[in-house]
Amino acid sequence: MPETSDVLGLARLQFAFTISAHIIFPAISIGLANYLAVLEALWLRTGKPVYRQLFFFWSKIFAVGFGMGVVSGVVMSYEFGANWAGFSRVAGSVNGPLLTYEVLTAFFLEAGFLGIMLFGWQRVGARLHFLATLLVAVGTLFSAFWILASNSWMQTPQGFHIVDGRVVPLDWLKIVFNPSFPFRLVHMSLAAFLVAATIVAGCAAWHLLNGRSGAGVTRSFSMAVGMILVAAPIQMIAGDMHGLNTLEHQPAKIAAIEGLWETEKGGTSLNLVGWPDMREERTRYAISVPHLGSLILTHTWSGEIRGLKEFAPEDRPDSTIVFWSFRVMVGMGLLMALLGVLGLALRWRNRLYDTRWYQRFALAMGPSGLIALLAGWITTEVGRQPWVVYGVLRTADAVSPLSAQQVGTSLLIFIIVYFLVFGTGAYYMLKLMAKGPDVGEPVADPPGDRGGSIVPFDRRPLSRAADPIDE
Amino acid sequence: MTIDLPTIWAGIIGLGVFLYVLLDGFDLGIGLLFPFFDREGEREVMLNTVAPVWDGNETWLVFGGACLYGVFPLAYSTLLPAVYLPVIGMLCGLIFRGVAFEIRPKARRTQNLWDLAFILGSGAATFCQGVILGTLLQGIRVVDGRFAGEPFGWVAPFPVFCGLGLLVTYATLGCGWLVMKTDGELQRRMRLLLKPSSVALLAIIGSVSLWTVLGQPAVAHRWFAGHNFIYFAPVPLLVLACVIGIFRSGDRGHEARAFILMEAIIFLGYSGLLISIFPNIVPPSLSIWAAAAPRSSQIFVLVGVVIILPIILGYTVLSYWVFRGKVRHGEGYH
Repeated sequence: MPETSDVLGLARLQFAFTISAHIIFPAISIGLANYLAVLEALWLRTGKPVYRQLFFFWSKIFAVGFGMGVVSGVVMSYEFGANWAGFSRVAGSVNGPLLTYEVLTAFFLEAGFLGIMLFGWQRVGARLHFLATLLVAVGTLFSAFWILASNSWMQTPQGFHIVDGRVVPLDWLKIVFNPSFPFRLVHMSLAAFLVAATIVAGCAAWHLLNGRSGAGVTRSFSMAVGMILVAAPIQMIAGDMHGLNTLEHQPAKIAAIEGLWETEKGGTSLNLVGWPDMREERTRYAISVPHLGSLILTHTWSGEIRGLKEFAPEDRPDSTIVFWSFRVMVGMGLLMALLGVLGLALRWRNRLYDTRWYQRFALAMGPSGLIALLAGWITTEVGRQPWVVYGVLRTADAVSPLSAQQVGTSLLIFIIVYFLVFGTGAYYMLKLMAKGPDVGEPVADPPGDRGGSIVPFDRRPLSRAADPIDE
Repeated sequence: MTIDLPTIWAGIIGLGVFLYVLLDGFDLGIGLLFPFFDREGEREVMLNTVAPVWDGNETWLVFGGACLYGVFPLAYSTLLPAVYLPVIGMLCGLIFRGVAFEIRPKARRTQNLWDLAFILGSGAATFCQGVILGTLLQGIRVVDGRFAGEPFGWVAPFPVFCGLGLLVTYATLGCGWLVMKTDGELQRRMRLLLKPSSVALLAIIGSVSLWTVLGQPAVAHRWFAGHNFIYFAPVPLLVLACVIGIFRSGDRGHEARAFILMEAIIFLGYSGLLISIFPNIVPPSLSIWAAAAPRSSQIFVLVGVVIILPIILGYTVLSYWVFRGKVRHGEGYH
């Protein structure tokens, strides 16, 4: 059936599009929620108004991002059934419960602590409010916990057996804490922190470049580049460990990432750049460094890495894509580390807030966290192909019995709707950022709001920001 | 006797879906009534009556969907491809509507545009839900645990009629809600709509019932075999009683009565549907036992639901209690 491959391609494109649009918002939410918890802790500790000011400023942007993340996430969960019926049928017994737990976690958060955090400033005591903020921050990580458990199980499945072609869970601890899960959780959490840090740094840099150097701008700039200085190198170590884990469990993915076709004896070289050609089974225009591959991937001088040719052609992931998506991610990481180190040097010489080239660099790096995040996810997801559950279920067998017209139509609808809706949301977030943390806004909720009602906890996140969107 | 997990789960998911229809029905209905009410401040008041609760209402849809996926993966993976485009339409409608809800109060120049998004989003979501329901009732062909029907099986008179019927149903609920939550001129105009819309609601419930009974021998058998109809007769009779009650709720006073009776009709209609299809989850052939995930999956999710569900229920009740009473122009919530 020639049409099956069209449906598969369109369904994969649709998943890639909707999940890429989605992951941007939760990543921002996780990063900013933790930043907000730090800001509030600092405010409680030092009593300096700048921290409270920053808390209010970023909580509005967090709220819009959170709302967008919830809305775009609903689509994802229904897509599993609609486009990937084979996946739901075979592996729904594992992935369904994990996603249900994510929904329950998110409910729990929304039901209580989010409202107190966003709207309860005047209605509950400082300690209770801080507790709510802290629980929201932990809660966003808990949401990530379930989603990553589900994804990691698809990468490195264990704790189940197969009965009548369907997965039957045996040991939920083994399922949740599967081999790649701890590495992915750490790597993704740090990525979310870096997403927030690069955005905060970029926002502050933009205001500095425009001559606004109030306390909120300089404080957030200093905090963000400081965070990048610490987190970027830790992320490299975490990524390295994740890579070793992948080499053990998904060697074909590593071979594709490195554009490595032959299993080299006595030490593997590393292709710095090149163009992996899946048809000719070689990497063209390669510039490679001897032994560097072994050094990075096995931490030895002559460790052996299996090349792509050791895997049957139908079991190979697309090396052209993951070779480059991986290098984009690593490149962004190196640039972030540079941003952090330069910031330290400038701080040393007391020039952090008045070095324009550095501010331009920080502004340009604003989206780098998100770019690295997307590139990393593309690497790990495309690298898992042609499997949807590694070694258990092929992606081609997971797709729903649909026609190409149906999937093409829905893809088109999603593209239009997403650009309209999430484009508006992203525009609004940027507009809020453009106002700057030092522009006077009443720090507390307006008095008389809701006629003195005492329940603070059920307002929707998006209503936290009251600024007009089209003026 | 061992505890039958799939039955418990069917109850939990049935409750979730019922609460969704009960709660999100009237707030989608407000979007359907929107085009007909455009005097000074009316739209703000209409929005403000549901502003504190609308997103909580929608969480029941997510809850129902997530549990269905986790516990009845075969139902999930056969139903969704069968109603593929309606599901996409419903999701996009809900996205538009939700974002319009939040952005409208922040918009000045573009407010009309967001109103339009709110109206179309509510309409699309409602119509698509009706089509999904109609397709399910009409029956979905499942072979070897896979959807094996026509991709456009939902483009048929019955599902489309259910889509139109749900538009009327939700608009009626919205009307009853607004009679309860508003006063003055807006309330007077809503009251005028009460009687015609409840007659229309009755006609739709009657048509859907007849259509399924006449069209599907299995449904007719369930209702009329042996003494069954004696047991099930209270359902249609109570529906009639509710409609009479709405007619007698008068021109003043009893402001909550019409709305409560409407929700009672929804409950009865929903019970009728369950009577028609149980124990199938995807009629005509997929039962809750055949569709269920392995036992360990069901138990694993049940632990979380038993802890979280009471909290969500409590929070829902509390927020409705806090926001009881009338909403008037100028008493903004936003």
